[in-house]
Amino acid sequence: MRHRSLLILTAVLTTGALTLTACGSRDDDKGGSGGDSGNQTVVIGLDAPLTGDLSALGLGIKNSADLAVKIANKDKTVPGVTFQLKALDDQAQPSVGQQNATQFIQDKKVLGVVGPLNSGVSQSMQKPLNDASLTQVSPANTGTELTQGNNWKTGDKQRPFKTYFRTATTDAIQGAFAANYLYKNANIKDVYLIDDQKPYGAGLAASFKTTFTELGGKIVGTDHVNPDDRDFNSVVTKVKGSGAKAVYYGGEYPAGAPLSQQLKDSVKIPLMGGDGMYSADFISLNKKAEGDIATSVGKPVEELESAKKFIADYKTAGYKDAYEAYGGGTYDATWSIIEAVKAVVADNDGKLPDDARTKVLDAMSKVQFEGVTGPVSFDEYGDTTNTMMTAYQVTSGKWTSKLSEAVK
Amino acid sequence: MNELPQQLANGLILGAMYGLIAIGYTMVYGIIQLINFAHGEIFMIGGFGALTVYLGLPSGFSLLAAIPLMIAGGVVCSVAISVAAERFAYRPLRGGPRLAPLITAIGLSLALQQAVWMWYPNATKDRSFPQFKGEAIDIFGASIQRGDLFVIIAAPVCMLALGLFVSKTRAGRGMQATSQDPDTAKLMGINTDRIIVMAFAIGAAFAAVAAVAYGLKNGQIGFRMGFIMGLKAFTAAVLGGIGNIYGAMLGGVVLGVAEALATGYMSDVPGMELFGGGAWKDVWAFVLLILVLLIRPQGLLGERVADRA
Repeated sequence: MRHRSLLILTAVLTTGALTLTACGSRDDDKGGSGGDSGNQTVVIGLDAPLTGDLSALGLGIKNSADLAVKIANKDKTVPGVTFQLKALDDQAQPSVGQQNATQFIQDKKVLGVVGPLNSGVSQSMQKPLNDASLTQVSPANTGTELTQGNNWKTGDKQRPFKTYFRTATTDAIQGAFAANYLYKNANIKDVYLIDDQKPYGAGLAASFKTTFTELGGKIVGTDHVNPDDRDFNSVVTKVKGSGAKAVYYGGEYPAGAPLSQQLKDSVKIPLMGGDGMYSADFISLNKKAEGDIATSVGKPVEELESAKKFIADYKTAGYKDAYEAYGGGTYDATWSIIEAVKAVVADNDGKLPDDARTKVLDAMSKVQFEGVTGPVSFDEYGDTTNTMMTAYQVTSGKWTSKLSEAVK
Repeated sequence: MNELPQQLANGLILGAMYGLIAIGYTMVYGIIQLINFAHGEIFMIGGFGALTVYLGLPSGFSLLAAIPLMIAGGVVCSVAISVAAERFAYRPLRGGPRLAPLITAIGLSLALQQAVWMWYPNATKDRSFPQFKGEAIDIFGASIQRGDLFVIIAAPVCMLALGLFVSKTRAGRGMQATSQDPDTAKLMGINTDRIIVMAFAIGAAFAAVAAVAYGLKNGQIGFRMGFIMGLKAFTAAVLGGIGNIYGAMLGGVVLGVAEALATGYMSDVPGMELFGGGAWKDVWAFVLLILVLLIRPQGLLGERVADRA
């Protein structure tokens, strides 16, 4: 009896442990201190939710980074250096993200980290990476405080971590753009505001509200939901009674999809959200997505001259999952690290210096190149200088771009 | 516009679903005093079983005709897993300390989630579930979605069937006897092992029906859906009086309506502006639970049993 229960317990624990480490580290010691062999390995870490609700976006990020690494190796972008991608799954959880950050720090070959998707995860990764002078570039974080400090609203901008960069624009910019689009282009003046209480959702909703009320729009009601819920009918009933002409949702598509559907079951008004809603899964999970609006960073890669090669390469590489909202931004984020490594190696007679991490970090602020999403460079806070935003609407079952604009 | 009928309907539909799942908690607890925390995952597996059947049907098959087959598929999967769990995870621990099966149940719950996540195709993210087309139907000033009609019909039918089974059949009376005193029941010639398996199986079947209702209502199912729903259903079972099947359904409905009303009206109460809305509804649901337990520790319909903890 006791033996059997022990067996079951062990089985359960092992299953759990295996799942946790399934995507874990695979240390390879080959190709290490070659020195004069002329082939050194640089590992680029990648942290994103590769499983769970948000894995559609996360896998797009992983594949796009993988593509950048493969192209850099194929084209020998940095002579004598071979790049490798080390992808870890953060399950969209801050605690897991921090463990991953520690793993990256311990692997001395890691000279830069791409990711994560969630602003909340970034908050837990920033400090350890900063202490290790390990460069981090997120393709997707939009939380304004990540680069400009907690007091950015009062104009007191202070960069909290020198190692943190991003190719995505901030919530402040995205919320303002969304408010402008809804008020001026869609001509909707009464909005019900809902968020999911996570750093991303709440931040976006707050910045939307600021601009929307400044423009003269009216917030006819506010509510918060639990992102794990799937039944929002009670909230929807309140929205119906409020006479709102649209709902702005600060949150992500797993809860956004049923919210939109239940909304349209009872009152025919569109749901608008940010880049967390801009995913093909939002439409596949929601049979009434028609007319919904989302904003996302950058121009739609399909419309960019500079992205043609990326799209073609992505296709050739034959990835199973789509590159989704952050494909182009991830490619650029990864490429910015590759460019920084290139500059460092060029400065050191074609070899990696001993303090490679610090040197790469210094080189990051000077990085400048033509990326998939346009010209890529970072300002004094680590934010991208490219503030292009696009509004999309679901028409005939597909996200269709409506308006692209550089915000400032 | 008067929102009250709509909010009551929202609560009732959600509550009926809680009630169906709560049956599983209450039956198992009533007989072996085990809180089967893996029951939420049994519910989830029922949903995936139903989805599998639907995906296996030829295209063009009407959803209405598919529903009985989907229920059957869901019931088969959840009952199989539930009975296997009873046999291999709980029975060996019976008679051991009370905490051992409880911890096993939590471990089993995690293992089942991970198993579906890993082996069901594309289950790493939410899967879309078929839904009825057509506009909502107006009943007494509340609009009811077509998919929600399912749970409105299924919940009372299931309850009625269960009530008849427990009070009229031999096996049902054996179940009552086992829950009152397992040792005496055994001495009277009742095969208590079989009764226990039956309790697990009935609970799992009800959970599968609830899972079909959940899928039809929300249009999606996911490997994590059992956690929150299981927690709420467990609360409903305690609220209604754990061990009592009618209490489970009543507790579910009360909980669902309380959540809907808290979302809808709490912020209108003076001084409560900050504590209303969708985010606080769970808090109010638990406040209600605590209040009920303060006044009636045995739950709404629970019987006061002296010799049981």
